[in-house]
Order: sequence, then structure tokens, then C-alpha cells
Amino acid sequence: MSENIVSVNNLSVSFDYQENFLSKKQKIKAVNNINIKIKKGSFFGLVGESGSGKTTLGRAILGANKISTGNVIFHDDGRDFDLTTINSKEMKEYRKKAQLIFQDPYAALSPRMTVRDIIAEPLEVMKITNSREETDARVRDIAAKCRLNLEHLRRFPHAFSGGQRQRISIARALVSNPKFIVADESVAALDVSIQADILNLLKQLQNELNLTYLFISHDLSVVAHVCDIVAVMYLGHIVEMAPSRELFSNPRHPYTKALLSSIPSIDPENKSRAIELQGEIPSAMNPPSGCVFRTRCPHASKDGKEANIEMGLVEVTPGHWVDRCGVNCA
Amino acid sequence: MTHLLEINNLDVKFDTDEGRITAIDNVSLTLDQGKVLGIVGESGSGKSVTAKSIMQLNPGNTIYNENAEILIDEENVLKFTSKNDLKKIRGGKVSMIFQEPMASFAPAIKIGYQMVEQLMIHKPMDKKEAKNISIDMLNRVGIADAEKRFNQYAFELSGGMRQRAMIAMALSTMPKLLLADEPTTALDVTIQAQVINLMKDIIKEYNMGVIFITHDLGVIAQVADDVAVMYLGSVVEQGPVNEILKNPMHPYTKGLINALPDINNLDAPLTPIPGNIPSPLDRPSGCVFRTRCPHASKEGKEGNIKMGLVEIKPGHWLDKCGVDCGKT
Ligand SMILES: Nc1ncnc2c1ncn2[C@@H]1O[C@H](COP(=O)(O)OP(=O)(O)OP(=O)(O)O)[C@@H](O)[C@H]1O
Ligand SMILES: Nc1ncnc2c1ncn2[C@@H]1O[C@H](COP(=O)(O)OP(=O)(O)OP(=O)(O)O)[C@@H](O)[C@H]1O
Ligand code: SF4
Ligand code: SF4
Ligand SMILES: [Mg+2]
Ligand SMILES: [Mg+2]
Repeated sequence: MSENIVSVNNLSVSFDYQENFLSKKQKIKAVNNINIKIKKGSFFGLVGESGSGKTTLGRAILGANKISTGNVIFHDDGRDFDLTTINSKEMKEYRKKAQLIFQDPYAALSPRMTVRDIIAEPLEVMKITNSREETDARVRDIAAKCRLNLEHLRRFPHAFSGGQRQRISIARALVSNPKFIVADESVAALDVSIQADILNLLKQLQNELNLTYLFISHDLSVVAHVCDIVAVMYLGHIVEMAPSRELFSNPRHPYTKALLSSIPSIDPENKSRAIELQGEIPSAMNPPSGCVFRTRCPHASKDGKEANIEMGLVEVTPGHWVDRCGVNCA
Repeated sequence: MTHLLEINNLDVKFDTDEGRITAIDNVSLTLDQGKVLGIVGESGSGKSVTAKSIMQLNPGNTIYNENAEILIDEENVLKFTSKNDLKKIRGGKVSMIFQEPMASFAPAIKIGYQMVEQLMIHKPMDKKEAKNISIDMLNRVGIADAEKRFNQYAFELSGGMRQRAMIAMALSTMPKLLLADEPTTALDVTIQAQVINLMKDIIKEYNMGVIFITHDLGVIAQVADDVAVMYLGSVVEQGPVNEILKNPMHPYTKGLINALPDINNLDAPLTPIPGNIPSPLDRPSGCVFRTRCPHASKEGKEGNIKMGLVEIKPGHWLDKCGVDCGKT
């Protein structure tokens, strides 16, 4: 059954930029008029250019970035949390349901706390448990699910490798029994073997605990393997969105095509058949008018008619959305 | 011929509350000018500690062995004690791109100011020149609106922008030896390709030597001349990148390559190397990989084999135990 757990409607997030305190304030539009629906129980992938707004979008959904226009709604069994109007009391509730797994397992774990205390902290901060016994039981339960050795709970994080630390941060994120997880580059720092192990774990927990993930990653092979649906971002916009297999076998937008062609091959003799993107990367401070990709698109028309196109996703085949301009001018 | 960098018999241990951790065990490596040596391996295998040892950046609880040598231009860095000696390496001859970009920029100082400072410490130049060079480098690593970004704080940049700003800062001093620790992990593949091309150009132009640490075997294939594979503080296999990736011999290297997600076969399950990495507090005796190796012989399992690299083909070095006990 495909209910949505998150709806993002016409969401924009802007930051101020000021060169010095005398100069005039400018806006950086990090996320620009985005619409997505995340289905309950899905593994939703978010890929795209560096600086395109992925982290900002993830943080906005968690209520950690202020929303400039539009809204984000979290649907929790009949109860809706509207992140635009949420008050601090509701926010406390919401934090139990939506959690972030950090990118960096080294920086995220306090070196002075034992693994047990690190995992238990959210329970104590959110006052979810009532006794030390109850806290311990919850910690042991989730630690076992994350395949952490129970005797490790008394140790300090430095005694653990990157992969084990990442499991500790996952256990910490899951201990409050959230329903929705934002994983921002959570496996980027891990070697491929541990990465495979962690991904299998996330998948398994998805089934066991009926979790939904927003999975932000630069590793397209990983995304292709674990995600059900993938959205591609460029300069604050989603330019394409489709079920994984469809997206990877039949990319439509010129940016998506360039991205897929640039995955480095493990064969040293296969020096890339990458579609090289020409031109300067445009700035979020001063984005191109019309199609944001037109300054680097290999298919842009000479008369630059894309400058007048208004961006927006169109459904080209069932479930496969691509920016309108990509349809018109490619 | 003398090498730009020569590491001989390096052991690194850390004293901790729980005991002494062996982070590096008897590692020897060489690097020539104009070459890129890739280092890959398990998380916690000692890649960053190796790089930090070259820069003498390990913390106070670090213990090096007496007979270890880290020679840069034939001078042993491990014997450096005076500030002036250390200055020669840190940011002068050697630059490092750190794994965690947030840690290398001070949070309350604009990134541009930090870049200019760095440059002026190491090269005689005025502020204006340093600013021009810094902005030019930011442009070259693909940061749009570089003059404006120059005036921002690290937290205002995206993860990938921070990483590129750090690469720009490290390259701007034109070091002889560049230590790049996971320099492109936070970048999307199109920008990654651009940054790698830039790095290659600069390496060539200035005849730099580079140690390139990454777990991305695709990136290693594209940038490295040679590659060293590390596991739990030891180099278990080493050689020309082509040879190692196409013809891996050590069971750990094979497991690593096998764990790569194949984008052309989405039905294939992800296959990690079975078993858990032992804690560095109880490092296995003998072959460090024996607790997880599918091919360990009885003798190997008991931990009686002594480790050490053997040249099995010209330039292809493999841990001796891999040769002795890994026959399948
Ligand atoms: N706190 C902030 N203050 C000012 N600008 C910000 C802030 N956070 C993000 N930005 C800007 O918003 C834009 C999008 O950044 P974001 O971190 O969301 O990108 P991203 O897609 O996650 O990139 P990456 O892949 O490099 O992590 C960038 O231009 C960035 O500089
Ligand atoms: N200051 C320290 N005190 C104690 N142990 C340390 C210290 N620094 C590193 N270690 C330990 O040394 C070992 C090697 O760490 P290192 O950071 O070199 O790993 P790595 O190969 O870079 O891993 P990753 O791929 O996860 O970055 C690890 O077991 C780590 O926990
Ligand atoms: S609209 Fe034109 S410029 Fe924009 S992506 Fe499509 S083809 Fe390229
Ligand atoms: S020596 Fe034996 S245990 Fe060690 S890697 Fe080789 S085969 Fe495996
Ligand atoms: Mg990000
Ligand atoms: Mg490291």
C-alpha cells in the first residue's frame, strides 16, 4: 500500500549572503520550488551536483532549516506534522519520528562517552524511557539489531573502526524508534566491503522496522543498488525523478546522462567515455534564467530559447518525471 | 636514484586508556616525483595515520619505533624536532588534504582569509597576490562565484564545496609532496572528474609526488600509477594499478573488488567480506587477515605465519603468507 509519509510542496529555501556588513543582502536559493512525495517504506535516493541543495532539502524535511516558501508535511498514521507551522512542543514529538544519520562517524561520536551512553543519549534527551533498566533494554535491543557486540557497549568509540562506528551512529539514530531516516552520505567514508555490509543492514532494518529512508549519496552504483526511486538535483531544482531501474537504464535529462556517463571505471585502461560538461558551473547566487542547465547542456539550442522556459517536471512515462525543458529541447 | 619519499619499517602505536593500539605495523613505501601512489583498504587500516605520520601530525600519545624512517629528500622526518624543521614539511614541501574538511577550516574565520594566510606563510608575497592566487584556485576547482565564496564561512558551503576549497588551499602552495586523504569522496562524479583532471595537470606541471588515499577503486584506477592495499595496519599487496586491479592475488584485495556494487547488474547482491574486523587492541598474530580469510590453511589459522611482502612478478608485491597459505 502506497501511502506517503512525506510530502514536499513547492518548497524553497534561501540563505542570505552579505559580502560585508555594509553591502546589500543577496539571496542564495539553495532549494527552488521542489515537489516530492516519499512513499512509506521506500528507499528514496537523492543524487546530484555538489551544492545543488540535497543537504538543505534533507535538513528542511527534518525541520533543521527554515522554510522560505512552500511546505513540508510529515504524515504519521493519521496525524500530520506541518513543518512550516510546527511549534516547539510538536517539534519534540517530531524528533522522535524523524532522524538523521551523520556522514562522519568520527566527528559524530563524542570520544568521552561510552558506546552505551552514546546510543542511550537520544532516549534520555527525549525522555522516552522511564528507568535505567528500560533504557538499557532498548539500547541492547537496537545494538543487537545493528550487529554490535554487546560487550562493546562499555567501550569508548576510538576503539572501533569506521564501520563499527557507523553502526553505532545508526543504532543511535534508530533507538528512538523513528519512522523516517535521512541518511546524508552515510556510507561515503567507508570502504566498499563495510559499505556493502551497512547497506545490507539498512535494507534489512527497512523491512524489519518498516522504515523509510531519504538516502543522499554521490555514489551512483550504491544508489542504483539500494534505492527504489531516485531524484536528480541540479542547482536547487529536481531535473529528473524515476524508479531506480528506469532512471539508470533510461535517463532522459541531459544532466542525468552526463552524470551516469562520468562514473569512474575500475578498469584503468578504460579512460572514461564521460560526457564532459563544458562551461563554468553556474552559481546558486546567480542562477541562469529558464532552464538552469542550459549554460552547460550539450543540447541547448543556439538561439537560447531555453532561457525563457519555465522549469517544471512532466511525467513522460508512468512514474518517470523529467524537467519540461529536457523534454522540449533535448 | 633517490626517492621523493621513502618510508622504511614504520610502526605506529597509540597509548590509550584501554591499552596500546597498533595502528601501523612494519610499513615500507616509496614514492617518486611526478607519481601518484594510491592507498586503499579497510576503514581503520591505518591509511590516515600513515599520512599524518609523514606530516608529524599524530597526537601526543603516539609511539614510533626506533628504527623507522620517513625520508623526504633523504631527510628523516621522524628525527625532526625543531619548529623550523617541521615548518619545512608542513605546508612547505608537503601539503595535506584532510579527510574531514570541516576540521581543517576554523569555523569562525572566512575561508578566503585562511587561504591567504596559508599562502603567505609559505611563499613571500603580498596579500593582494595571495588573494588572486586563491580565487584563481577556487575557480579552477569548479567553485562558481569564487570572489563571493571567498568571503564565506565553511559552514555556509555545501560538503563538496568545502572539500574543493580545501583542495584549492592545498594545491595553491605548490608542494613537492601532496597527501590527499579521501579528497573527492564528497563530490559528484562530474565535478570529481574535473577535479581529478585538474590535480593531474598540476601534478605534471609541478612534478609533484602524490599519496592518494581513497576507498573508491574507480578513482584509483583513473589517477594512480601504483597502489598499496592495507589491512589492519599492514600493506598486504602492492604494485602497478593495472596489475593489482586486474590481477589481484591477496584474498583481501579480491574481497574488496568483489564487494564493489556493479552498476550493470542490479540483481547481484552486495557482498561484503564475511566476518568482523578484529579490534586493533587484539590484533591477530601472524597473518592479520586470517580471521576472515576463506583460504586460510590450518597453519595460517593458527597464526604461525610471519607477514612480509614478496615480489611475485616484477613490481607486484604480495604478502608472503598470501603466497604460502592462500593456494586455492
Ligand atoms: N547555512 C548556510 N548558509 C548559507 N548558505 C548555505 C548554508 N547551507 C547551505 N548553503 C548554500 O546552499 C547551497 C546548497 O547547499 P547544500 O549543502 O544543500 O548542497 P548539497 O547538494 O548537499 O551539496 P554537496 O553534495 O556538496 O554536499 C549552496 O550554495 C550552499 O553554499
Ligand atoms: N589518536 C588515536 N588514538 C588512538 N587510536 C587511534 C588514534 N588515531 C587513530 N587510531 C586508530 O588507529 C587505527 C588506524 O586509523 P586510521 O585513521 O589511520 O584509519 P584509516 O585507514 O584512515 O580508516 P578510514 O578509512 O576509516 O579513514 C584505527 O584503529 C584507529 O581507531
Ligand atoms: S532544456 Fe535544453 S538546455 Fe535545458 S536541459 Fe533540456 S536540452 Fe538542455
Ligand atoms: S596467509 Fe592465509 S590467512 Fe592470510 S591471507 Fe593468505 S591465505 Fe588468507
Ligand atoms: Mg551535502
Ligand atoms: Mg582515514
